[in-house]
Amino acid sequence: MSIWEYANPKKFMTTTAPVLPWVFAIAIAATVIGLVWGFFFTPEAENFGSTVKIIYLHVPSALMAINAWLMMLVASLIWLVRRHHVSALAAKAAAPVGIAMTLIALITGAIWGQPTWGTWWVWDPRLTSFLILFLFYLGYVALWSAIEDPDTAADLTSVLCMVGSVFALLSRYAVNFWNQGLHQGASLSMDKAENVSNVYYIPLLISMGGFVLLFIALVILRTRTEIRLRRIGALQARARRS
Amino acid sequence: MIALLMRDLRLAVRAGGGFGLGLAFFLIVVVLVPFGVGPNSDLLGKIAPGILWVAALLAALLSLDRIFALDYEDGSLALLATSPLPMEGAALSKAVAHWLTTGLPLTLAAPALGALLNLPGPAYSFLFVSLIIGTPALSVIGTFGAALTIGIRRGGLLLSLLVLPLYVPTLIFGAEVVRRGAEGLATATPLIMLAGITAGAIALLPFAAAVALRINLR
Repeated sequence: MSIWEYANPKKFMTTTAPVLPWVFAIAIAATVIGLVWGFFFTPEAENFGSTVKIIYLHVPSALMAINAWLMMLVASLIWLVRRHHVSALAAKAAAPVGIAMTLIALITGAIWGQPTWGTWWVWDPRLTSFLILFLFYLGYVALWSAIEDPDTAADLTSVLCMVGSVFALLSRYAVNFWNQGLHQGASLSMDKAENVSNVYYIPLLISMGGFVLLFIALVILRTRTEIRLRRIGALQARARRS
Repeated sequence: MIALLMRDLRLAVRAGGGFGLGLAFFLIVVVLVPFGVGPNSDLLGKIAPGILWVAALLAALLSLDRIFALDYEDGSLALLATSPLPMEGAALSKAVAHWLTTGLPLTLAAPALGALLNLPGPAYSFLFVSLIIGTPALSVIGTFGAALTIGIRRGGLLLSLLVLPLYVPTLIFGAEVVRRGAEGLATATPLIMLAGITAGAIALLPFAAAVALRINLR
């Protein structure tokens, strides 16, 4: 028994089929609880007013925007090393979800920035690196859709993902150097003193958990779709030959 | 490797090779900017470092799809793959050829165009140094992008979409060197970072480009 058993598409399909509805249910429940709690049952923070409540969308989506890329990096590595098709398809499936998360983070950030900083957009390091991350996602998805042969596409996008990760990190530190930040530092950390207060922390944690599960559920769903598409393609090819 | 390099240089310089196109593009972009932002020389001098770097970057981008596309179409890339020269070496020499026909002429022309944009006096040497250090990175990164997209028909636009985000750190540090030079600030830190990016790109990206080439030739 090893984790690699799930790299078998058939095993992957049969294992995820019963799990998927549960993950979806818990994800939606946690997201709804986190957001409703956050929106309606937390006090307004001083200096922020009610605008602070967008944090329950902004922080979890930003978290997943970065972690989706990390997941794609790991999946690409697994594909390059062990040639498991499920892994390549999972990376492909995660990219559009990552794009959506990055967009949510950017848009909620703009909506939040308008009342608090007085501007929709500043060339702050964090904002800029998210925009660059968005461009990386676009390039990755564009490369996937441009190549017809699925194995070639998986190989090339994996290489792009790895090189892109290095350059995304470089850009992150380059923009730090290039402009001073307006964005606040980390709101969540292991250090208690730096943390936002508990009133906000607990609904935020629930909301973050909801987003993580939502991402997992969406990726599993999209991976299953990709596997089915691949099967249909194979069946059609076989039908044409006979 | 030398033979391949010489061949690519000859191909680029002779008719239809596109040598000089990049330079002309660089000139046109720089000439267009004052039309767009107005002839105020203070303003032009202030934005000149960034404009020159962005224009040089776009000019380098313009000729990227030529690096492998023609060789791929007429089959000489497949011959290269079967030759004793490893693909890494081929990728590196392609990048060097691209730099010699694009990056180097751009660097040499940049100070003259800086005069058009009223670049402040102390910035000229920094412009030259930052471009000569930074443009090799542009060529190597571009070679990697070109290697990724050779199999795609009309991949030029996709190539730009893939390569431009990769150019961000180089552009930031390169333009920062010139900007600081223009304002008389210390330029050592961005210059070192720029050189680091170039060195790292030259050391690592030919391998990634070779992997991409092998996948595309499979």
